[in-house]
Amino acid sequence: MAEPQRNAGAPEGARVVKMGIGALLRSWLLRHVQTFFYTLGQIWRRPFNAILTAAVIGIALALPAGLHVLLGNAQQVARGWDGATQISLFLKRGVSEMRAELLARELDALPEIGTVRYISREQALEEFKSLSGFGDVLQVLEDNPLPAVLVLFPKVEQEQGPEAMERLLEQLRTRPEVDLAQLDMQWVKRIYAMMDIVRRGVWVLGSLLGLAVLLVVGNTIRLAIQNRRDEIVIIKLIGGTDAFIRRPFLYTGFWYGLFGGAVALGMIQVSLLFLAGPVAGLAGLYGSDFRLHGLDVLTALALFGGGCLLGLLGSWLAVGRHLREIEPT
Amino acid sequence: MIRFANVSKRYPGGYEALSDVSLHLVPGEMAFLTGHSGAGKSTLLKLIALIERPTNGQVIINSQNFAKVARRRIPYVRRDIGIIFQDHRLLFDRTVFDNVALPLIIAGHGHQEIGRRVRAALDKVGLLSKEKMYPITLSGGEQQRVGIARAVVNKPPLLLADEPTGNLDPELSREIMGLFEEFNRVGVSVLIASHDLDLIRQLGHRVLRLDHGRLVGDTGGAR
Repeated sequence: MAEPQRNAGAPEGARVVKMGIGALLRSWLLRHVQTFFYTLGQIWRRPFNAILTAAVIGIALALPAGLHVLLGNAQQVARGWDGATQISLFLKRGVSEMRAELLARELDALPEIGTVRYISREQALEEFKSLSGFGDVLQVLEDNPLPAVLVLFPKVEQEQGPEAMERLLEQLRTRPEVDLAQLDMQWVKRIYAMMDIVRRGVWVLGSLLGLAVLLVVGNTIRLAIQNRRDEIVIIKLIGGTDAFIRRPFLYTGFWYGLFGGAVALGMIQVSLLFLAGPVAGLAGLYGSDFRLHGLDVLTALALFGGGCLLGLLGSWLAVGRHLREIEPT
Repeated sequence: MIRFANVSKRYPGGYEALSDVSLHLVPGEMAFLTGHSGAGKSTLLKLIALIERPTNGQVIINSQNFAKVARRRIPYVRRDIGIIFQDHRLLFDRTVFDNVALPLIIAGHGHQEIGRRVRAALDKVGLLSKEKMYPITLSGGEQQRVGIARAVVNKPPLLLADEPTGNLDPELSREIMGLFEEFNRVGVSVLIASHDLDLIRQLGHRVLRLDHGRLVGDTGGAR
């Protein structure tokens, strides 16, 4: 009934009609929307395979991402120590109390320095007496042997690293009033060096596991292609382009990556929840109110984005490698 | 519509499936291709469907010289040829409707257009009531009709059929052939490979006979 009457001269059938840009774009979009839901429906109907693959990808993504979160927390702790770092400026004996206080105010105004506490020679003596328990010994001495001290709390940012601290120290040493400027730099340096190693380690681990994700997705898609060999042949026979055949596999890879990212996110959050209690307890023992921080939005997005990208790339590699082998005979 | 000029096809290993075949089918013509098994019927159809390329000679379909069709363009050429297989080649995890809709989805038609054309094609082959069923639940004859609906849904100017009645009883075979004649009546060129000589004789269309890769008989454009 609906078959229109043709005459022998002009049956041009399904020949691609020339379309405008708008129509082309619409048709392109339509195909993607179709594939989007089609592949999602396929996964929905047989979720077991997808769940397994997503779990493997999730574990592989969760390891480096989780380490990244822990490292971020460690940096947070180290930043706390930075704040606690103090520089002691031992002033020369000849420096008067007025000069010392003037210097304290001058240093206070410097941007690198947070607060300055001035401990006069008398105060130092008092402190020593009360804290050391050697007060009686000092009574024997005629003169107060202790120098006046300026205690500085530097305001050096994490990113500037230990070098900035060193520069500040150097600068303080050149002051004529200063006899000795002291800071336990070694300790801070070691912490930074260790974190540097861990940070690189996270990258190495991340790259290796990223490669693993690529292989897992690639292999899963390769099996999917082999399972649907007949279907691919039929589609090729009735005029499906390579792009048309490729598309559902690419979307499937994308979904695996996305679900993998979600699994990784869940694993990390659950692990952090699991660790939060003991960490808070430990922090409490050190008199700190430090709390574990979860994934920030940016890292979570990177996790999803990385998962999707790896999924897409893995399926792209598999499809490119295996689709050409399947031709109708 | 179909023009073969001194076409030979030699497979790797030296077996010559077609030797020096020349033939011409005008648009709107219907013809049968016969011969014993191994005579080259399938190879000839494969050359038209661009599944194989000739070793020698030229294949011109729909005024397109296939020697000049790049691999990338093959899908677009195939969309103008409706192919029907002996083993139907349906997708068993999709409904009848989805099977027939596939060529339209590939061509990028809209949702409504697809629904309209699929139902028209199913109505034509008498399976409109079974659009929601899965092919596995249909009989052999019905499956073949789904295959035919899929081949014509795109309204191609040329239909190829490889032993379309190979597994069907005479009654069903005549029905299927009747369908092909209907499509031919509205201007579609039809080429059917078959060895059902009785049926072919009854229908009285042009017959091309192959023997060991050579065209040994042609009853001419007897329409």
